[in-house]
Amino acid sequence: MAPVTMLEGIRQAIFEEMDRDPAVVALGEDIGVYGGAFKVTEGLLAKFGPERVIDAPIAETAIVGAACGMSYLGLRPVVEMQFIDFIACCFNQVTNFVAKSHYRWGAPVPMVLRGPSGGGVHGGPFHSANPEMYFVHTPGLKVVYPSTAHDAKGLLKSAIRDNNPVLFFEHKFLYRRIKEELPQGEFTEPLGKAAVRREGRHLTIISYAAMMYRALEAAGELAKEGIEAEVIDLRTLLPLDRETIINSVKKTNKLLIVHEDTRTGGIAGEIAALVCEGAFEDLDGPIARVTALDTPTPYSPPLEEYFLPNASKIVAAARELARY
Amino acid sequence: MNHPLTREQQLDLYYYMQLNRQLEDRMVRLFRQNKIVGGLYSSLGQEAISVGTAYALEKRDWLAPMIRNIGALLVKGFKPRDIFTQHMAKYTSPTLGKDGTSHFGDLKICHTVSPISMLGDLIPVMTGVAMAGRYLGQKIVTLTWIGDGGSSTGAFHEGLVFAAQQRAALVLVLENNQWAYSTPVSRQAPVKDLAERARGYGIQSQIVDGNDVLAVYDTTKGAVEEARAGRGPVLIEMKTMRMKGHAQHDPAEYVPKEMFEYWKARDPLTLYEEYLTENKIWDAKTKSEIDARIERELDVEQKFAEESPLPPPELAAQGVYCEGGCHNITADWQRPKKELTPPNCSVQAAWQVEGYGDLDKAAGVAKQAAVSAAVGNGSKSSKPGGKPPVKVAARPPAKASVKTEDASPAAPRVPFGRGPKDKAFRRASQDKAGRR
Repeated sequence: MAPVTMLEGIRQAIFEEMDRDPAVVALGEDIGVYGGAFKVTEGLLAKFGPERVIDAPIAETAIVGAACGMSYLGLRPVVEMQFIDFIACCFNQVTNFVAKSHYRWGAPVPMVLRGPSGGGVHGGPFHSANPEMYFVHTPGLKVVYPSTAHDAKGLLKSAIRDNNPVLFFEHKFLYRRIKEELPQGEFTEPLGKAAVRREGRHLTIISYAAMMYRALEAAGELAKEGIEAEVIDLRTLLPLDRETIINSVKKTNKLLIVHEDTRTGGIAGEIAALVCEGAFEDLDGPIARVTALDTPTPYSPPLEEYFLPNASKIVAAARELARY
Repeated sequence: MNHPLTREQQLDLYYYMQLNRQLEDRMVRLFRQNKIVGGLYSSLGQEAISVGTAYALEKRDWLAPMIRNIGALLVKGFKPRDIFTQHMAKYTSPTLGKDGTSHFGDLKICHTVSPISMLGDLIPVMTGVAMAGRYLGQKIVTLTWIGDGGSSTGAFHEGLVFAAQQRAALVLVLENNQWAYSTPVSRQAPVKDLAERARGYGIQSQIVDGNDVLAVYDTTKGAVEEARAGRGPVLIEMKTMRMKGHAQHDPAEYVPKEMFEYWKARDPLTLYEEYLTENKIWDAKTKSEIDARIERELDVEQKFAEESPLPPPELAAQGVYCEGGCHNITADWQRPKKELTPPNCSVQAAWQVEGYGDLDKAAGVAKQAAVSAAVGNGSKSSKPGGKPPVKVAARPPAKASVKTEDASPAAPRVPFGRGPKDKAFRRASQDKAGRR
């Protein structure tokens, strides 16, 4: 099997799930004839027809609302946001209607809301967002943010089969930049489980999505200096894999969290609290974080570069931490 | 008396309207006794709309109520105890006390979607229910309501745009009760009839006297048939009047007295009682029998609610997620799945565009773009015909832009004071001190 991109992994997951279960349908803007702005759904309409692949008007609230209604009758809609930034347009449907449905009146919403997210591609303030924390702060949702083709495919399949609304963030920087061979045949990855991408004993670096690669890059640099960093890929942000995080901190006694999301209210803060609750006595240093700045994502390349975390920033923070 | 509804059905309408009114009347008393936990919203004067519209639906059809549609819930099969317990936040309520008022539903039997407080959201959701119903071959119609105020929301607009584009079997009842909280309808939109908006969406619309239950029923019935026949959504504006404030706390002093008087003379229940009498559909005895039955039923239901316990506090932590087999999600397929699996569902993915958007031909004609549905041409057509994906070269790793003072790994350790290393260090220094 030839190696495939993350985009292809996502595409395969949608095709396979729609093949497996006629209750799975797809909705979104330009997903049919055009095949989606990033071509994730290319060929989907031809194969599954207009009843299952629905080209919707530019109406995010209507799309998510309708998907919610469809799920009440037992369908499993997979909704594409053309860019995840536009999820802000249907924030109310997602956080009030969809997320609270099961808690309020016992009506499950088996729905996936997926879309390209993240910066590093000079998309500017409205095509680079990492809005995951709005939704991590919303009980009733699950939030997935994979970093590899394998995980993207396996997690998306699990998300489609899950009985809860799952927000599935696809980092567009990774869409076509990473490739890997996928196992032949059927496989899934469980939601809510982090992965240890690199073993280490001096400190733990927790990250996810595109920043996972910057963290690995940094770990490579650090290794040259004799600092062995353990790199954890969260994969799912809600629910968080508390066990993997705590176990790693108990082993390395130091924690650095890296995310592309802005600093204040980013998941680093939540993880820091979680570690203070569960492994405070194991800490040999303050919990550190490397994040994007507390600004919108700027457009011009030097500005965006300054805004985003990178390997050097991670290495610098890790060195500081290693001194403790 | 030539109405197609039978005598029993016409008495049914009275029963539900009166049940609606008496139930709310009791809730006002409970509210004053501090037994209603949250707000209480009255549908006084609007009962004909709730009852007449819901009565036009079949059992398989779906509805989603607004806050003033308790009558519709009763028609759809919910019990007065559901309404009482919801308002009193009891453990026996349909939501176990997790939500109040008419914020509850039932997917299996009553086919009712729970509303939320944000107005307009039900329109896209019920569009989706209608789409799924069609997809599964269920031939259902969905119905929901919106107020004059709620018709200003973006969700109303987006919902109708999508419903129209999908030709969804949706009936939307625009319950124009003249007031959006304290704002009169004339100060919300400079249109005489809000139903005019339907034209902009390319859907049918009707305007009806919302205080005439038979007119409400007839119009809704017609709209339901249109929708079921696949002729797309229908918007019905029903003119009525909110006879109380927005909720119990609001004395509605902003409403001109004469306006209340005008509408009081058009009370839907009084009008219908007159109709039943004039047309000899009932006599005084029948009326008092129905009224007595309502009293009896409400006594039992209210007692049940009042004696019900509040939920156990720890319930608050439960049920956020559908997990551990709490629901078995299945669809009720009424058409062969084969129609929706390849190769049967496969098509040629291309738009067939009628007209090219030129001014002359486009004038007054709605151009529709449709996906060709050449059924059965095999999954071979699914081969992507577009360009190969554009390759994006990875940028070289970004340069460091953060400076650190002392990045040397050889720099001395800074003690932190909690972890095993520091504990070991502390122990070592204590030992040292002890030895001294």
